[in-house]
Amino acid sequence: MDSMQTFREAVANPLAYAEEYHRTKDRPLMGYLCSYAPEELILAAGLHPFRLFGARGNIHRADAHLQSYCCSLVRGVLEEALAGKLGFLAGVIFPHTCDSIQRLSDIWRLQAITPFHADLVLPVKLNTESAKIYLREVLSRLKSELEAWRGITITEDDLRGAIAVMNRVRRGLQDIFERRSVSPGILSGADLQSIARASFLLDRRELSDQLARIGDDLRGKGNGTVDNGRKRLVLAGGFCDLPEIYGIIEEAGADVVGDDLCTGARAYGGMIDEDKEPLLAMTERYLTRPCCPAKHQGLTGRGEHLLRLVREKEADGVVFTWLKFCDPHAFDYPYLKAFLDQAGIPSLVLELEDQLPGEGQLQTRFEAFIETI
Amino acid sequence: MENKEIPKIRAVKRMKEIMTAYYIEAKTARDSGKKVAWITSGGPVEPLIAMDIIPVYPENHGAMIGASKMGVDLCQKAEAMGYAPDLCSYARADIACAPIDGGPIGGLPRPDMLICCNNICGTVLKWYEVQARFFGVPLFILDTPFCHTAFTPEAKKYVLCQIKEYIQFLETTTGRQFDHDRIKEVGRLSLQAQRLWQAVLDMSMNKPAPLSAFDAFFHLALIVTLRGTQIAVDYYQELLAEIRERVDKGIGAIPTERYRLLWDNLPVWYRTKWLSEKFSSLEACLVADTYTSAWCGSLKYINEDNFLDSMAEGYSRIYLNIGIDEMAKEIIGMIDKYQVDGLVMHSNRSCKPYSFGQYDIQRIIREQTGIPSLIIEADMVDERNFSEAQVDTRIEAFMELLGGNKTALAG
Ligand code: SF4
Ligand code: SF4
Repeated sequence: MDSMQTFREAVANPLAYAEEYHRTKDRPLMGYLCSYAPEELILAAGLHPFRLFGARGNIHRADAHLQSYCCSLVRGVLEEALAGKLGFLAGVIFPHTCDSIQRLSDIWRLQAITPFHADLVLPVKLNTESAKIYLREVLSRLKSELEAWRGITITEDDLRGAIAVMNRVRRGLQDIFERRSVSPGILSGADLQSIARASFLLDRRELSDQLARIGDDLRGKGNGTVDNGRKRLVLAGGFCDLPEIYGIIEEAGADVVGDDLCTGARAYGGMIDEDKEPLLAMTERYLTRPCCPAKHQGLTGRGEHLLRLVREKEADGVVFTWLKFCDPHAFDYPYLKAFLDQAGIPSLVLELEDQLPGEGQLQTRFEAFIETI
Repeated sequence: MENKEIPKIRAVKRMKEIMTAYYIEAKTARDSGKKVAWITSGGPVEPLIAMDIIPVYPENHGAMIGASKMGVDLCQKAEAMGYAPDLCSYARADIACAPIDGGPIGGLPRPDMLICCNNICGTVLKWYEVQARFFGVPLFILDTPFCHTAFTPEAKKYVLCQIKEYIQFLETTTGRQFDHDRIKEVGRLSLQAQRLWQAVLDMSMNKPAPLSAFDAFFHLALIVTLRGTQIAVDYYQELLAEIRERVDKGIGAIPTERYRLLWDNLPVWYRTKWLSEKFSSLEACLVADTYTSAWCGSLKYINEDNFLDSMAEGYSRIYLNIGIDEMAKEIIGMIDKYQVDGLVMHSNRSCKPYSFGQYDIQRIIREQTGIPSLIIEADMVDERNFSEAQVDTRIEAFMELLGGNKTALAG
């Protein structure tokens, strides 16, 4: 499968992919850090949305700006920027989510790291009418900022075109994840993870074609039954930068059959209504897609979503994972765990420190957990 | 050095009485048929006062826990409940208190409702969600969009709309009508108290400064908990008169004031005495701070004749809800105003929005004013993150540097 090869390469070396893109395509690259970044607007402005994952380990330049008790994503992205590795970026868009990204945005702006910088100050509530109105206006402001900077007009058709592309991307991802959830054997965990990751990096039009092709290839594979005797797990949490987690869990004897991660289903969940006014339709997706813990959609929304997910995917357990120092996720964990406990669903928590644990060590932990299920 | 005894600020006793009475009233609210609302420190309390709802501040509770050195134990309890040790220690301590009525006052009175304004951080949103689930009471979130570079018209519209929603929420929760005349009076009292508080802090422009940031940390309690009441106004009037008297007599907060410093971030509650004595022994007075002045910093946006509406802007543009360049600007303003020689920044593991960006603020201050700064690594409540030896050495070294600067300037 040659698409798979493209994905693996891009994921193994995202910066090389970005540089190549920068050299060969006429779409300037627009960086972003969070699943609430409006990729549709970026595309419609003639730009390429490129998600930043940050450098792992050996962070020292960022130390001049951020304390050690800041999460490794925020520190890692700043490190890459200060090391001059993000020269291909025309700009970065910072959606307002957590306190750490909020301050990274300030630092980024003051250091004038990229020619273009925008804050998308989203509402924190995603469940009221006034928040909905405000959110639409915030998107509209970003649209004007992009237009002014690029000297263009983003027409309604441009937006509709971009929405169609992103809908196609999301449909493709949903389809692959769904098929793979039913028959985990049809695609390795490592490849699934590469697909999820690559979807934040690759040219979205090409990506939508590639995803459709992969989906077609998967059709007809597998026996379509859930029961293959192996344990089924759901991954839940935040930004997951453990590159091999799907593979390690697989080695340990279980399959990841669903997720609630910002590098997974939260990003590709929810479709945009193509019949509605574009900004309004985008707004509505934000209000209905699975919610990030830095946002508010009721007191138990995330717990209910997780339970629903576990049942829908017929999962046997949940692995929670988030980066150390990530407040929003650390705050939600006890209540989410209590939800699972009450329903008799076992869970394991894996907080990712700056230094990743060795693969062997992780596999042992997963094996021990899987045995208890 | 002459070591004369500094007379204690008399108002301290009055403050303790007021706070005791306040907590007794709050704890017996059920008997008196009043409702209790928990509210964040930066939240709009005036509508609660106007509705005769007793506001209770978990953050003030957190400060008391820290000052009474009960923080580590409670934080550990929260960790046993599954909360990561990297979370804000106010939140951890308060969450751990709730099920066991722990802490120095045997727990806070149970809330009938929760009011969370995210103008200080994202932590309060999560913290209040936890408590809303625990107590099973309604939560109102006043969402004040972060002002990186501006308070946009759409943000203003959004917050204004939420002020109306807030009033409706209070009416629904209490089953009573909101009194629009009463809020004018409460707003007026709130403004008056804030102006008085600013006037108290301004007294430190005098040399020697009649009160230090450590005094301000203590006298702050009422502007947080009781602004909008006559009690707060009376208290700050009394305090202001007393501080004026000290200025007239030339009494300084420390016996010999040689250095004037500015404190940034929350106090280190379990070590205020030690820090105060440390700086005092080095003839340094913390003449001002960014923390206690946050409760009067957005006075400029408030319109007395239209308090309710202007609240939207006032509460959105407070110190922690603005970009670090604007924060630096405010600090520079304070450096000029209070004639500060050095900046002491508390890098507070608990408070990410207050601490991230400090290094850049430090740089901006250095570039624009030449004022040196010191960073102290600590936490406001969780003592496990404090190393006395390390902080001691850093303070000594910093003061030596300042001493060198002063001598060089004088020479
Ligand atoms: S991992 Fe958590 S703290 Fe870090 S950027 Fe994401 S939400 Fe913020
Ligand atoms: S200390 Fe900081 S993080 Fe904690 S509640 Fe206060 S502002 Fe929020």
